[in-house]
Amino acid sequence: MYSYTIFIMLLPLLSFLVLGLAGMKMQHKVAGLIGTCSLGIVTILSYMTAFQYFGAERVDGVYQTFVPYNFTWLPLGNLHFDLGILLDPISVMMLIVISTVSLMVHIYSFGYMHGEKGFQRYYAFLSLFTMSMLGLVLATNIFQMYMFWELVGVSSYLLIGFYYPLKPAIAASKKAFIVTRFADMFFLIGILTFGYFVDSFSFSFAGDIVMGQGTTPFIEGNVAKAVAAGGFIIPTALVLMFIGGAGKSAMFPLHIWLPDAMEGPTPVSALIHAATMVVAGVFQIARMFPLWIEYAPGAMSVIVWVGVFTAFYAAAVACAQSDIKRVLAFSTISQIAFMMVALGVSLPGHEALMDNHAQLGYMAGMFHLFTHAMFKACLFLCAGCIIHAVHSNEMSLMGGLRKYMPITHITFLISCLAIAGIPFFSGFSSKDEIITACFQYSPVAGWIMTGIAAMTAFYMFRLYYGIFWGTENVEAHEHHTPHEAPLSMTVPLIVLCVITCGVGIYTTLGGFLGWGGSFGSYVSAAGTDYTIHFDAQIAATSTIIAILSICLATYIYKGESQPIADRLYKTFPRLHRAAYKRFYQDEIWQYVTHRIIFRCVSTPIAWFDRHVVDGTFNFMAWGANEAGESIRSWQSGDVRQYAVWFLTGAVALTLILLCI
Amino acid sequence: MGNTVMFIILAVLILGSALMCVTTTRIMRAATFMLFVLFGVAGIYFLLDYTFLGAAQISVYAGGVTMIYVFAIQLVSKRTLQGLEERVKSSRMITGALASLLGLVVVGLILLKTGFYTVDMSASDVELPMRTIGAALVGAGKYQYVLPFEFISVFLLACIIGGLVVARKEEKEL
Amino acid sequence: MIPIECYFALSALLFFIGVYGFVTRRNLIAMLISVELVLNAVDINFAAINRLLYPQGMEGMFMTLFVIGVAAAESAVAIAIIINVYRNFRSDSVDAIKNMKR
Repeated sequence: MYSYTIFIMLLPLLSFLVLGLAGMKMQHKVAGLIGTCSLGIVTILSYMTAFQYFGAERVDGVYQTFVPYNFTWLPLGNLHFDLGILLDPISVMMLIVISTVSLMVHIYSFGYMHGEKGFQRYYAFLSLFTMSMLGLVLATNIFQMYMFWELVGVSSYLLIGFYYPLKPAIAASKKAFIVTRFADMFFLIGILTFGYFVDSFSFSFAGDIVMGQGTTPFIEGNVAKAVAAGGFIIPTALVLMFIGGAGKSAMFPLHIWLPDAMEGPTPVSALIHAATMVVAGVFQIARMFPLWIEYAPGAMSVIVWVGVFTAFYAAAVACAQSDIKRVLAFSTISQIAFMMVALGVSLPGHEALMDNHAQLGYMAGMFHLFTHAMFKACLFLCAGCIIHAVHSNEMSLMGGLRKYMPITHITFLISCLAIAGIPFFSGFSSKDEIITACFQYSPVAGWIMTGIAAMTAFYMFRLYYGIFWGTENVEAHEHHTPHEAPLSMTVPLIVLCVITCGVGIYTTLGGFLGWGGSFGSYVSAAGTDYTIHFDAQIAATSTIIAILSICLATYIYKGESQPIADRLYKTFPRLHRAAYKRFYQDEIWQYVTHRIIFRCVSTPIAWFDRHVVDGTFNFMAWGANEAGESIRSWQSGDVRQYAVWFLTGAVALTLILLCI
Repeated sequence: MGNTVMFIILAVLILGSALMCVTTTRIMRAATFMLFVLFGVAGIYFLLDYTFLGAAQISVYAGGVTMIYVFAIQLVSKRTLQGLEERVKSSRMITGALASLLGLVVVGLILLKTGFYTVDMSASDVELPMRTIGAALVGAGKYQYVLPFEFISVFLLACIIGGLVVARKEEKEL
Repeated sequence: MIPIECYFALSALLFFIGVYGFVTRRNLIAMLISVELVLNAVDINFAAINRLLYPQGMEGMFMTLFVIGVAAAESAVAIAIIINVYRNFRSDSVDAIKNMKR
């Protein structure tokens, strides 16, 4: 029934191979068209899948899980690595997100990367990334997810290091890859632990997914065996996997790679580091959610507090950054932390497995993932337009751009309103539900998250005013007037804004008027229809706080000069500098790796390798050489010596023959 | 009785000349002592009633081969003839002596261990008649030696030709 | 008759004197002379065994005869080679032939 879904995976792979192998021989336009068209088809197929899936009949009020393809790749005794496609509410939702954002980025890159050397390579890597991300969300088992996880990491490395002649780009791509790889080590240990005890990698956790049939998700299977082995095993495995996810999703302290990853081209930042790859960790938790709820509810507090701290930290740093892409990067970190917190505050209920509490957090997290992908991608693409116009990332060189770039201005403003959580924009509904779920978990967490939401609004509008209002950079504008971006770059912006507004209006009205039929009707923890009811008190509180923050930002940053900001800066110079330098996280990591790991761990191991391992072989070679040298004198060329040896040999032989 | 005396004289001659031959430093003397050894060996053959063999030894070996050596010495060892003596490294002497002694000991052991039976000595001191030797040499029967005889003549021819080729003076190209 | 062990002793001594001479001497011709001594020792052996142990056969005598012939031929060839060596290396010492030595 869903047999066409295989093309969702195959088409980007094909486009990657074609562009990668033959790209250099094509013209730029042709390469770009191939990439974009294949992705267009993928998008159409994804929407088709979504319509078919969500339009299908529910069984027992639950959306069925479909497995159109699942074949065993590597059988290893009890365990086996499979490759397959799993259709499930969250994976279908992710399909829509990935394909939409990717298509927008492909179209946008026509304009942004115009004239760049390596244009074809760029599109090849974009296709590779899209394929890997799609494979990740459609994975039928955790090992397939891990495989595509690594592939996504590789694509990210290739794309961040796209401008490889520049040193910062190389350093950033290496850092991204190494940090995520380090986290993935824990992920792998978690997978192996899990597989060892549960005897299966598949997501139905019932042993094996049977191909083609719908199965209700998450039946307990051999999990019971793992529980019997020890109560701490499954939580340990899950937490290890979470650490892997934390690396990919830039949770503190493994977030250090994401700000540096902004060295890559801006569309890449939009696609990978805002909308899709960085949410892989969130997706992983959502995928393993039934296990978390059932067997490791206590461990979920780890997720919550890591998320809360990360959100606060990132928001604080974002308030002091001057590079617009860095502000957006830290904003991303903060928002992903929101998603993690949403998943983490889902407590198990008292009676049923999935009751209201669990439902809300899960659904809120997924919804925020969806909306955040849209408006954050829009923000990044706007930033790309601005960078394209001003040829620099620094806010100090911008200002007063609203006259020159109207479309960018409007779309940026809409996305800022969305992220700030103003009603009738999509961010309001999702963020509001997260905060509601936090209050259900613990009031402390709820108030902290509200505060962070306020900070979010504040720094986003600081950014907005810094770019579009304030003093113009007159000298630079005399040289080269900034102009609006070409059509290929503005159309994606408009499309994403339309989605943001549309979703926002629909859900806000739906929430107020109790329509139902909102996001929760599609994606929820138990697969059942979950209607969102707005908690009016929390909604009102968060809206008022957001508006207050915006007013504060307007008051401080809107004018031609910013006296209050300057006075604050003079009063707290060190705090500002610490925030600007991201609270010295990079330096701490450098210290740990260089002084501690390199000096105490790596150097002895390197010494051992050089002297003991190599030394053994060098010694054997030396020994052979010496032996050869010592025997060499036998070949003296002296006939008489040969005669002596000959005689001795003959005598010895005679003696031997005599004695036998 | 007479045989024993003769044997002792011959043995002393042979061994003495051999020793002198290998230890003398002057090459011409070595050739001379070799000549004495050859004569001694011919004497042994006569003692064994092999007159033909003894005659062959004297004519071929003592006459021909020694002459070859003398001529070779004249051709090659110009400086040695003029009195330059050969120095022998003492380490080499010791090595040589040791090896020879070792071999001698082994052979001696074998000799002592093996019991040789001697045919009844009633076979008198009658020399082998020449007629028998001649008939055997060219006879083609079962235990007769025409094949090795022919072979050795061809072999000698080959050696002569080979020697000529090897020692030929190189033609100078103009 | 003289017991055969005496002949064996004589020939063994002559043999090993020849070996000693071969190993010790540096002059090429002297080495060849020592080889002649060895050959002669072997000849004595053949003749003695034939006469004293197997008087009815003649193999030993003919063997000796042919050894004498072969020894003569071999001396001739060896001398030819030595003459060639002398031409190329200008020396009659066995140490002089050292082109292929290290």
